Amino acid sequence: MLGKLSWAAIPFNEPLPIISMAVVLIVILAVLALITVKGWWPYLWREWLTSVDHKRIGVMYVTLGLVMLLRGFSDAIMMRTQQAIAVGDAQGYLPPDHYDQIFSAHGTIMIFFVAMPLVIGLMNFAVPLQLGVRDVAFPVLNSVSFWLTATGALLINVSLVVGVFARTGWMGYPPLSELAFSPDVGVDYYLWSLQISGIGTLLTGVNFVTTILKLRAPGMTYFRMPVFCWTALAANLLIVAAFPVLTATFLMLLLDRYLGMHFFTNDAGGNQMMYVNLFWAWGHPEVYILILPVFGIFSEVVATFSGKGLFSYRSMVWATLAICILSFMVWLHHFFTMGAGADVNAFFGIMSSIIAVPTGVKVFNWLFTMFRGRIVFHTPMLFAVGFMVTFVIGGLTGVLLAVPPVDFVVHNSAFLVAHFHNVIIGGVVFGVLAGINYWFPKAFGFTLDERLGQASFWCWLIGFYLAFTPLYALGLMGMTRRLQHIPDPSWQPLLLVAEVGAIVIFAGILCQVAQLYVSIRTREQRLDLTGDPWNGRTLEWSTSSPPPAYNFAILPRVETIDAFWHMKRTGRAPVKPAYEAIELPRNSRAGFVTAFFATVMGFSLIWHIWWLAILNFIAAVIVALIAGWSIEREYEISAADVAQMERDRLGQPA
Amino acid sequence: MTIAAIDRAPSVPTELVRGRGGGGPAPKRIVVAFGFWIFILSDMIMFSALFAAHAVLRGNTAGGPTGAELFNLRNVFIETMCLLLSSYTCGLGALSAERRQPARFLIFAAFTFVLGAAFLFIEATEFARMVEIGAGPSHSGFLSAFFTLVGMHGLHVTSGLIALVYLVAQVIAKGLRAPVLRRLLCWSLFWHALDIVWVGVFTLVYLMGAS
Repeated sequence: MLGKLSWAAIPFNEPLPIISMAVVLIVILAVLALITVKGWWPYLWREWLTSVDHKRIGVMYVTLGLVMLLRGFSDAIMMRTQQAIAVGDAQGYLPPDHYDQIFSAHGTIMIFFVAMPLVIGLMNFAVPLQLGVRDVAFPVLNSVSFWLTATGALLINVSLVVGVFARTGWMGYPPLSELAFSPDVGVDYYLWSLQISGIGTLLTGVNFVTTILKLRAPGMTYFRMPVFCWTALAANLLIVAAFPVLTATFLMLLLDRYLGMHFFTNDAGGNQMMYVNLFWAWGHPEVYILILPVFGIFSEVVATFSGKGLFSYRSMVWATLAICILSFMVWLHHFFTMGAGADVNAFFGIMSSIIAVPTGVKVFNWLFTMFRGRIVFHTPMLFAVGFMVTFVIGGLTGVLLAVPPVDFVVHNSAFLVAHFHNVIIGGVVFGVLAGINYWFPKAFGFTLDERLGQASFWCWLIGFYLAFTPLYALGLMGMTRRLQHIPDPSWQPLLLVAEVGAIVIFAGILCQVAQLYVSIRTREQRLDLTGDPWNGRTLEWSTSSPPPAYNFAILPRVETIDAFWHMKRTGRAPVKPAYEAIELPRNSRAGFVTAFFATVMGFSLIWHIWWLAILNFIAAVIVALIAGWSIEREYEISAADVAQMERDRLGQPA
Repeated sequence: MTIAAIDRAPSVPTELVRGRGGGGPAPKRIVVAFGFWIFILSDMIMFSALFAAHAVLRGNTAGGPTGAELFNLRNVFIETMCLLLSSYTCGLGALSAERRQPARFLIFAAFTFVLGAAFLFIEATEFARMVEIGAGPSHSGFLSAFFTLVGMHGLHVTSGLIALVYLVAQVIAKGLRAPVLRRLLCWSLFWHALDIVWVGVFTLVYLMGAS
């Protein structure tokens, strides 16, 4: 009846997971109780959970990413602490079985449920506004995408309480991830949560490629698009081209595990290296899916806070597209040690080094944008400058790793761990934090506290260097990654420094929480009434903060790049109003309801509760069929109502 | 670029930049079909990963039967003809729908459905026969790849047939209105794409596997 599920799945005898689970459950129940007591459910349901507004969905994505950041970071600081104390005779406080789950969960969560939602959330929020349109191409699908991502995140967190998570690392390499060596549900949690959220991500890719290529304000030719839209386009093309490979790869591993097939097994003609190749054929484009939009954010931030147009816009676009293509030609550098031979390794080594060229073009463009600009060091700009320094260091160690003989020496060492954290924290995380500080006033109508924002920046920057510079040295000293116990006591001093770094980063996260709290408390004094708090250049700043549901009462007419800047310079903003009726998509329950069934289906597949899985699959299909039956999905705001809303917004008399 | 340079940048009137992507948001029909195209492309990439897996594993028979011993090319040819013909009737149905001829559309949809179902029937009997003689998907790496690739295509055809019934119901209930026509357009794109995948399966899996 309940498949493999029984009370034994809940780890009552292990105090650490039980306590953390109890705390999480209490927090969740407290939040739910607060919402119920305050009577917020109708508001939440109407304005957020069923909303198909790209701005709302973007905010929900970012919220999901920030919440999961706390989870992923607590994994990180647990690992740092274990490595700092489990030296020589000491065994630390995490047994190997638990430690292995933690590093697997940390990687999986940080990539799929922190970095991805944060980046996709910012794209959701900003891209339609920058393009000067009212929503994405498929608003309901957008909501489905978000909720499927949330499903994946939920399933991963359930594994904390019910059963175990994978002990295979975040890549889930076979044969370790095969049934013979991982017979429990850990790998199944990993696979199903990523399959379900992966479908959501794929649909996001389809949605945004269509939006950017087909829905732009009149006059916005390709070479008038803001750079963030270009990088979002490149990232979404990569999603469309790469995520299906991950889906197929995980499907094959699932078939191995569930139906006894032999794609990646040791026996009967399976081939493990095929998994590794397929995984990285997705995995390398994935890192560019994360970093390209962030390059776009920095381009917007640097231009805005330097008071200048971006230096060499066209080369920025071409560099983006070059990286987009090249990212598919380097996947083998993740496993030079496979034994593919000198010729193959030489090809992939050279291709990997070549990616540094367009990236270098971008760095110089940002520097030349700042050159002789009137630079304002607001928090987003601080993150941008911190990024430039940090990312160049990470890029250089990447070029080192791209040289196959060097890679043979430091493969799977702490040096590698330092390298990819260097580019992901120094690149993606800094970029997302810059983006949040930059667009927050647009989303909520008031600015974030500047002092705490700068404090969080300095904590992140200093903490990052303290935490990861020692790992470069440790890698060269011979320390491999994923060590539950440190055999060589001479590594301990550096590991203690890394621990201090993690604590400083934690202080940075606390500053951000405080920044949010203080800013919300003092929002009356920090209202953004102009809609343009940074003297912005692109169209999102031409509407009010927060923008009305329809974004633009009249679609802006674009005549140059940096369209809003041009309008301000030529005195053509705000536009002369001649309002028309606006059609907007209705709210839809489809996303939330589909995700509910997907969650139960995923859970029952993990625990082999077949009848429940089938039932929920059928229910999800029926929801899709019902959603696809309707003809009228829009509602109309009449011209008079639009005019009234615009008058209220602009503070004009009726 | 400096502020002055922006000001000097040629300011082209909006009317002149149509055809260079400056014509404003595209009509809904274009947007929907284009989005569905992108989705089909992503589906093709998923198939390409399965094709790659088949190419890697096709020799790994683990002492079991090879393709040459298992495939009956005569059946596969009939199967292929069914699917290709169904694409033809699908095209005729799409033309009838464009011309707002619901009766003709329904006839061609029925043909398409029958041909698709015949394809599935032949495939299912082939699978059943192979499992019966002990050449099931868990027998070897080759057979895992074979069943997964061909079976995935079969699943797509199955969902296509379900979607066809659903859309026919919409045509009957709502008539050939713009939203229904958009959905039909997407469906026929999907059906033709399955043909393209099948051409690959027929060539790479069956013809090359049987030799």
